[in-house]
Amino acid sequence: MSEIRFTDQHEWVRVDGDVATVGITDYAQEQLGDVVYVELPEVGKSIAAGEEAAVVESVKAASEVYAPVSGDVVEVNADLEAAPGGVNEDAMGKGWFVKLKLSDKSELSKLMDEEAYKSFVEGLA
Amino acid sequence: MSAPHIDETLQVTPLHALHIELGAKMVPFAGYDMPVQYKDGVLAEHLHTRTAAGLFDVSHMGQAWIEGPDFETVAKALETLVPGDILGLAPGAIRYTLLLNDKGGIRDDLMVTWPAEPARANSIFIIVNAACKEADFAHIAANLPAGISLKPIADRALIALQGPKAVEVFARFAPAAAEMIFMTAKAIDVAGIPCLVSRSGYTGEDGYEISVPEKDAVALTKKLLGEPEVKPIGLGARDSLRLEAGLCLYGHDIDETTTPIEAALGWVIGKRRREEANFPGAKIILDQIANGVTRKRVGLLPEGKAPAREGTEIVGGDKIIGTITSGGYGPSVAGPIAMGYVATDFSKVGTDVELMVRGKGRPAKVVAMPFTEKRFHKTK
Repeated sequence: MSEIRFTDQHEWVRVDGDVATVGITDYAQEQLGDVVYVELPEVGKSIAAGEEAAVVESVKAASEVYAPVSGDVVEVNADLEAAPGGVNEDAMGKGWFVKLKLSDKSELSKLMDEEAYKSFVEGLA
Repeated sequence: MSAPHIDETLQVTPLHALHIELGAKMVPFAGYDMPVQYKDGVLAEHLHTRTAAGLFDVSHMGQAWIEGPDFETVAKALETLVPGDILGLAPGAIRYTLLLNDKGGIRDDLMVTWPAEPARANSIFIIVNAACKEADFAHIAANLPAGISLKPIADRALIALQGPKAVEVFARFAPAAAEMIFMTAKAIDVAGIPCLVSRSGYTGEDGYEISVPEKDAVALTKKLLGEPEVKPIGLGARDSLRLEAGLCLYGHDIDETTTPIEAALGWVIGKRRREEANFPGAKIILDQIANGVTRKRVGLLPEGKAPAREGTEIVGGDKIIGTITSGGYGPSVAGPIAMGYVATDFSKVGTDVELMVRGKGRPAKVVAMPFTEKRFHKTK
């Protein structure tokens, strides 16, 4: 059973066992607009929670994607390098950025659950 | 990241409510609440303008008349502030020129038109940048001799229709506009509305910029948007279109610290004006023409896919040799594009440089601009 958590920077993290898949939320992709470039980290890189995990660029601007939790990069979504628009099409699914091997599962408890994130976004309107 | 809003401290154009109705995402720009994009997004809006026709609200820009006893007197007065040959304008001709400071730096870039209509024969029509308009108008007014005055036009909107289908679409409402050549203007009724129509633009495409009475702006815009080829285009795509066309954005690619020669805009200085050497900063600028400059504005094509944004350092021969002033993704180029200033030794087309994006040098080449083919209507 996987669980999904959210940051106030509009990243999501879905955990299966000790592997966390990280992406940006549908709200984030809509705010960004058309994604034209994604820069992904090297596999094997250690990233601490809150550090830059990837870069996502729209026509107009570049934004950092921060790691919601700490871990080593075990896989990156190479499909996004050829087709960055995948982030717009399916931000919560096929548009994932990186998979991290979790180094501290307890960090997850600091993040928002789906309901908390939903009301957080509603509060931004 | 913020949702659409109306900020009470921002000004609005006559089309503001229409932008909201069309689902625009509004952002503050030069003191105005302006549409950065509509529902289709920047990418689709850009490509639509290159293949069909895009409609832009540019009413935030500053329109004004400079009026005097006759054209010659007005043109001579304006020539004390700009390096262009204004006196040599034919009736109905438009010229791109620059307001210069005493050091030859660029205060603003502007369009100058001598209307062909006899009733306006003693006037010059100017369009300046939104962010500069108050300063420009004050500067021009303060430097005009007695008998010549600057009158800001506050009761007219400005819209642009740009793209390969613009002429065909516009002819349905103003058949006479189809005959116009690029960089000319004409007072024409458009769908029965008296407009000053310029065949010009800021996208690298053929098209028009239409000065329309404020009270008729929504009606005219709705008529144009009612045509199947036309979609509303926001400031986001306006920026990517002009960057692909190699056109400068004031405050970014040119400003008070850049001269026309450094900015590769030497062509705006008329031959007679060079000989007369009587425009602001003439001594410095003419010296630069004769002896060269230390830096030049160039086009840059990154070799990878990573966009290099404004402020990115340019490295050549292991040294920082310049900075990017506009950079991003070119939807028609389908890759990153940029312009910036480099040391003159590195300004030759084909020169290899590196762009420092997120601390990493990435290869790029100095290239000629525009990045896309210009499609202006030059001959009848």
